[in-house]
Amino acid sequence: MKRVYVNEEWCLGCHLCEYNCAFANSGLSDMVLALKGKPLYPRIHVEEGRKISYAVSCRHCDDPLCVKSCIAGALSKKDGVIQIDKDKCVSCYTCILVCPYGALSPGETGVMQKCELCLTNSFGEPACVQGCPNRAIVYEERGDTV
Amino acid sequence: MTKYVIAGNGIAAAGCIEGIRSRDKDGEITVISEEKHPVYCRPLISYYLEGKTDLQRMAYRSGDFYEKNGCRVLYGRKALKIEKDSKEIELDGGTRIPYDRLCIAAGSAPFVPPFAGLETVESKYSFMTLDDALELEQAVTKESRVLIIGAGLIGLKCAEGLLDRAGNITVCDLADRILSSILDTECAAFMQKHLEEKGIRFCLNDSAASFDGNRAIMKSGAVVEFDVLVLSVGVRPNISLLAGCGGQTNRGIVVDGRMRTSVPDIFAAGDCTEGPDASTGENRVLAILPNACMQGFTAGINMAGGESLFDNAIPMNSIGFFGMHAMTAGSYDGELYEERTETSLKRLFTKDDLLKGFILIGCNERAGIYTSLIREKTPLSSIDFDMLKKAATTAAFPPESRRKMFGGER
Repeated sequence: MKRVYVNEEWCLGCHLCEYNCAFANSGLSDMVLALKGKPLYPRIHVEEGRKISYAVSCRHCDDPLCVKSCIAGALSKKDGVIQIDKDKCVSCYTCILVCPYGALSPGETGVMQKCELCLTNSFGEPACVQGCPNRAIVYEERGDTV
Repeated sequence: MTKYVIAGNGIAAAGCIEGIRSRDKDGEITVISEEKHPVYCRPLISYYLEGKTDLQRMAYRSGDFYEKNGCRVLYGRKALKIEKDSKEIELDGGTRIPYDRLCIAAGSAPFVPPFAGLETVESKYSFMTLDDALELEQAVTKESRVLIIGAGLIGLKCAEGLLDRAGNITVCDLADRILSSILDTECAAFMQKHLEEKGIRFCLNDSAASFDGNRAIMKSGAVVEFDVLVLSVGVRPNISLLAGCGGQTNRGIVVDGRMRTSVPDIFAAGDCTEGPDASTGENRVLAILPNACMQGFTAGINMAGGESLFDNAIPMNSIGFFGMHAMTAGSYDGELYEERTETSLKRLFTKDDLLKGFILIGCNERAGIYTSLIREKTPLSSIDFDMLKKAATTAAFPPESRRKMFGGER
């Protein structure tokens, strides 16, 4: 299935993906209104190491530890996409404890959030991919499994 | 058509049903459920008391879960005995159910030490099941003085859940610290301070010696008066079904990585079991929800003739109190790396080129990266651990690992 992949040699470390993600999931139509002067709660984050940077978001694992570990039954996998039911989440952070990628974090309300491939908003192709100025983040089929 | 029977109806049972159905769509599944509820999120009972969830949202699976998976559920029935030769399980009332493959997912039960005078206490509860929580909800009022015996995970989550409902809450424990099963002395003191600031009182190094109505006479001689008593000293795996038919049990039902017990065609999963702890190599009871789910799923696949191995279980917990989260994993063995601020405490334990365990309080970002180092036994010399110990980041991994993790390369 199609997933978000990152080519770290192309990542500029500009963090635009984080802004585009937070905007896409804000429910607002104006980026300035959505983000200006507010703390950012993106579902993708840029990792920076020695001379490298790259964006990390949910891998939608075949054997998702977060889903099996969720004490609230809030995480599930449907059609290859790991989704969170925010009504059920009680913010116990067990998913943070088990995700090997660091792909889940609390959102504005304290409830967990994660990349759902922009399938639950109106952006179509994931916003991080659309907005990546150097095409470091791509949304494609690579025929692999994580 | 294969006849599957699952003794129990908790998380491990749900995992087992899903495991079976991932391979066998047709076999007959019978679930024996002592509790009269469909599978629910048991760790959420304290959140229920706190008002952070409700009965509907606490359901672990959707309302049509059993129907969709073709399960017959016998509610309010208790499995009593296994006849391993005729491959039958006997329930209360004498009903016998034949099985081809059986999974014991019987969970654990509260352990209540023999306190003198406990029978004189009218208002006393355990805190294990949804029914316990519903009873406590009725029993506790704004005037109630609540005494909780046991400052472990269950006792303290109960305290958190009840704080706003009760007049006051006192928690006592024979141990010298709270959460003694998962926190070391300093981390426990850090968390205790936070809980005390929220209004919970502690009597540590002390516990009830006896009871007299609404009074607990402590080992120290002190007297604590209460209206509601919660007993959360500990839990014991329910091993009697397997022990009763001669299967191998220790503290828990002994299982291998395929969740097989020593008795042919009998599997076990969840809090009733004891298996290898991958962080130490020793067998132990790892009564945590993620293990129950994974063990159940593994058992189900193997029961249905598949091949599944779950051999990297480690102890791990994520537990929050009033907004402060503690995450722990593995064993606290080896060299200590520590970072401390006013609001956070981080301890990593390394030995033999491996991360063996950690305690993180108030600093949990991307903690799963640390957990995976323990679970996968990643040699620390293969990564930039100096970078990683400061902040959990996959940037400390070598490029080839990152390409596999994020670039889709195998």
